[in-house]
Amino acid sequence: MLVKQLSVFLENTPGRLYSVTSVLAENDVKIRALMLADTADFGVLRLIVDEPEKTLKILQEKGYAAKITNAIAIEVCDSPFQQMQKILKLLSEQNINVEYMYAFSGETPGKALVVFRVDDLETAMEYLKREKMTV
Amino acid sequence: MYWNPKYECMPRDEIKQLQLERLRQTLERAYHNVPHYRRIMQEIGFEPEDLKSLEDLRNLPFTSKKDLRENYPYGMFAVSLSEVIRIHSSSGTTGKPTVVGYTRHDINIWSEIMARTLVTAGVHKSDVIQNAYGYGLFTGGLGIHYGAEKIGATIIPVSGGNTKRQVMIMKDYGTTVLTCTPSYSLHIAETIEEMGISKDELKLRIGIFGAEPWSENMRREIEERLNISAIDIYGLSEIIGPGVAIECPYKNGLHVHEDHFIVEVIDPKTGEILPPGERGELVFTSLTKEALPMIRYRTGDISRIIEEPCPCGRTSVKIGRIEGRTDDMIIIRGVNVFPSQIEHVLLEIGQTEPHYQLVIDRIGYLDILEVQVEVSEKMFSDDVKSLEILSKKIQNEIESTLGISVKVKLVEPKTFERSEGKAKRVIDKRKI
Ligand SMILES: [Zn+2]
Repeated sequence: MLVKQLSVFLENTPGRLYSVTSVLAENDVKIRALMLADTADFGVLRLIVDEPEKTLKILQEKGYAAKITNAIAIEVCDSPFQQMQKILKLLSEQNINVEYMYAFSGETPGKALVVFRVDDLETAMEYLKREKMTV
Repeated sequence: MYWNPKYECMPRDEIKQLQLERLRQTLERAYHNVPHYRRIMQEIGFEPEDLKSLEDLRNLPFTSKKDLRENYPYGMFAVSLSEVIRIHSSSGTTGKPTVVGYTRHDINIWSEIMARTLVTAGVHKSDVIQNAYGYGLFTGGLGIHYGAEKIGATIIPVSGGNTKRQVMIMKDYGTTVLTCTPSYSLHIAETIEEMGISKDELKLRIGIFGAEPWSENMRREIEERLNISAIDIYGLSEIIGPGVAIECPYKNGLHVHEDHFIVEVIDPKTGEILPPGERGELVFTSLTKEALPMIRYRTGDISRIIEEPCPCGRTSVKIGRIEGRTDDMIIIRGVNVFPSQIEHVLLEIGQTEPHYQLVIDRIGYLDILEVQVEVSEKMFSDDVKSLEILSKKIQNEIESTLGISVKVKLVEPKTFERSEGKAKRVIDKRKI
């Protein structure tokens, strides 16, 4: 499935991550997943939340540089590693570049969701559907 | 098209000869009629007849705003007040106002200079000029006014303010040329859009903008939103008012009216004359003014001299657009750096209103300049790689502009305090 992922710019200094998560907590934002990519100076925090548009507004009002990007979320079960391999193989056959990925536990017990950010979202969705991956 | 081709296209050696003759007259007048000038010349043992070539001008001391203030109000005048037919002055918000005066001859010269200025910008006799520069003590309004009348164009002396009325006049009276500050032109553009008037309903074709620094980006925005050609004009009341220099339609520098002014660019710290192309402080000497001759007046404005011949056929040297004020200058590893140069780079990279801060520190014996740039909504991308590329691009552009290495740090929006007026751009942590 296509998910709206929220990305937030953060400086790589102590307390910045805490301050953004505090804003989210104060506003009762339900965070499903969270991933931080960083360099020596700055980081990009990626979030899967229940109400991305509303959360985006909250963050922007607080002065954060934030935006919504589309990503693919796929449910994997039992042997997640093999299933992920299959997805990655499929994407590489189509010459689709995976920019980054991260996993989190989904709503169904025993299953996990893997979030993929790819350079060619449309083609990726099309092929994953055709291969009957749970998209 | 020229207003006065004899002077506008005069061969270089003839211009220099004319400048030398007029400079000698100016020094004579200053020496004999202004105690301040006589004193500073006597202090260095200089008599007006010691001027043998234009190069000798560099032996004379500079004149500054401080000298004008110390001789407030009329102490620098070279004629008696009965000869003066007009006074203009600065607002005096940062101390005593500076007072300038004009004889009848001065007003005629200024009108001639302004006529030339308007024609250089592309204005014709058939144009309708809406002059939204302030009329009054400020030289902008009346300066444009006299030039417009001289060329026989139609002038609407609307002065500044009341933007809706400006737009109404623009539309109903068929304005073809707008003169005001660049920021006010954008305000007018916004009002036109708000009032639901389309660009086709207006006859506007040229805008002549000055009296505050602006950028190429701003020019593009004004030109697009008003569907005009936007021309940069430079001037200051101490030298004469608007019309000291003007862009021609080639827009690659502002022509200086060299038969009336000598321009120099100096290192603001050492006072040393800089070669063409190098950035420094603009210094002007008046050549024809009677009431208030100015010898090597330090403007505090940062620019450079452009010597390359202009395709428009005018032979005068040009100055680049004003890039900042000397008051903002910082010296890093012996290199003069102006925050406006960095702002310019950020604007060119596509930030509409860059928020940044320069942090200078000394580690060991080395000065380090860190440029902190707020990440705007527009710049931000989910991709770490593109942010790193952006940061590197900013670094490269700044380094090639300044000629020194810098560190660029992207910071969160609203990191820097927004204050009324001037933002605090520079944090100097060096202990010298
Ligand atoms: Zn030209």
